[in-house]
Amino acid sequence: MNGVSGKYAIVGVGESDVGRHLGRSGLALHLQAMTRALVDSGLEKSAIDGLITRPSHSSPQFNYSGVLAGRFGISPSYLNDTALSGASSAFMVMEAVAALEAGLCTAVICVNGDAHDAGPRRGGITNWIEDFEKPYGLIGAPESYALAARRHMHEFGTTSEQFGAVAVAFRKHAALNPNATFRTPITLADHQASRFIAEPFRQLDCCPITDGAGAVIITSAERARDLAKPPVYILGLGQGFTHSDLAYTPTMTTAAMRTSSQRAYAMAKLGPKDIDVAELYDCFTYVVILTLEDYGFCKKGEGGAFVENGRIELGGEIPVNTGGGLLSHGHASGTLLITEAAIQMRGAAGARQVADAETVIVSGQCAVNGINVSLIFGKHPN
Amino acid sequence: MDRPVIPLANSDTKPFWDGCLEGKLLLQRCAKCGAFRHPPSPACANCLSEECAWVAASGRGKVYTFTVVREMRARGWDKMVPYVLAVIELEEGPRMLTNLTEVAPEAVKIGMPVVATFAALDGTTKLPLFKPDGPQA
Repeated sequence: MNGVSGKYAIVGVGESDVGRHLGRSGLALHLQAMTRALVDSGLEKSAIDGLITRPSHSSPQFNYSGVLAGRFGISPSYLNDTALSGASSAFMVMEAVAALEAGLCTAVICVNGDAHDAGPRRGGITNWIEDFEKPYGLIGAPESYALAARRHMHEFGTTSEQFGAVAVAFRKHAALNPNATFRTPITLADHQASRFIAEPFRQLDCCPITDGAGAVIITSAERARDLAKPPVYILGLGQGFTHSDLAYTPTMTTAAMRTSSQRAYAMAKLGPKDIDVAELYDCFTYVVILTLEDYGFCKKGEGGAFVENGRIELGGEIPVNTGGGLLSHGHASGTLLITEAAIQMRGAAGARQVADAETVIVSGQCAVNGINVSLIFGKHPN
Repeated sequence: MDRPVIPLANSDTKPFWDGCLEGKLLLQRCAKCGAFRHPPSPACANCLSEECAWVAASGRGKVYTFTVVREMRARGWDKMVPYVLAVIELEEGPRMLTNLTEVAPEAVKIGMPVVATFAALDGTTKLPLFKPDGPQA
């Protein structure tokens, strides 16, 4: 980071109570330190748009930065959990400067620390509210996303057949992708005949568990121009946060995809109308409908109708998940959406190439639509 | 229903689970700004005050959304299906994840009035569930 020397400063400092056997959770101590740092800084809470943390060593949790953001009552445009053991606290400062320098946020709070006697645990990495979920049989992804999908159907009249249109489209694309897991075409009737897993989700609404990985290498645009393959330019980046636990989100039908994509569009100086291809995280069919709405490809509530009649298929208005997506290409935690996006920008997708594609948007998400990252790539540097 | 997982109380949540043992659905109410919150959290996400009162909710609310779980491979839960997972909007405002009981899965509807009931899991834990409330039941 050339040129950042002297460019950023620490403006608030807070320590939690410190001692042996305080009888408080790591979450409680983190919040206490954050509140004291905020008061010390004189900033409004809403001015904090970056949060970097590390879950308590004694209570490891998924998406902990989201848990902390929710409990602190902020919606950052940059949040992350670090995993560098004793170097985490120092690394957070470095990461904060990187995020600020990149323009991804304007005021970052870094918080780290531990508590060891907060109560009994089951062991392993957990969801912080597992005691309010697991005893009821909310264990995995299908039933979690099903709660949100049901609400979308209730508010907007979205149908199971519309979910099916997503599954059929992505399978059609996978048939053209030699590296896809599931390449045998399916019909809407196949979708409707598949068994219920967690209503309203049928088997063909759910991404199967598959093996696979993807990787990309990133360097400066200048250097990229001298290398073997045509550069795929990174035009926009955005992160959004609405919740770490779906049941308690203020609006179950508008999610982190909205602010995430707005930030990426703003950085790229592009809008949904300028996007040629979309590679959208599709752990369940319904998530594509939600993402198309929040990414601005159609109005809120119209995603169900939008995915019908081939609009998201190759040759349609906006081809989505051209390699088959998580549903038919492979899960790989969404990394195959990124490789496919790059392949499309190189014009190297063969039978599934979108003609004249110059821009692509990628969605990566977790926490049941609560944390989202949008990437916009282009064939040209913009 | 013999549940494979029972809640473990920690320093943030113990008052809630203690309340369940007495048949009370306790919510935190911020002493500074008055906002109710659930699930339990050490500070108010609105004003960051740590001061709160644990207030007994009426136990009444409406179904906000739900799913009927038909297939679940996680150990122990495969024997529980089908069961109804639901999010309840409580009269006081906060939402609560739960199971619906004393109702056929096919009869569950969004907006349905429900009321809390407490299921004994073992000698020391009770779990709040919800059942249909009022004349519709």
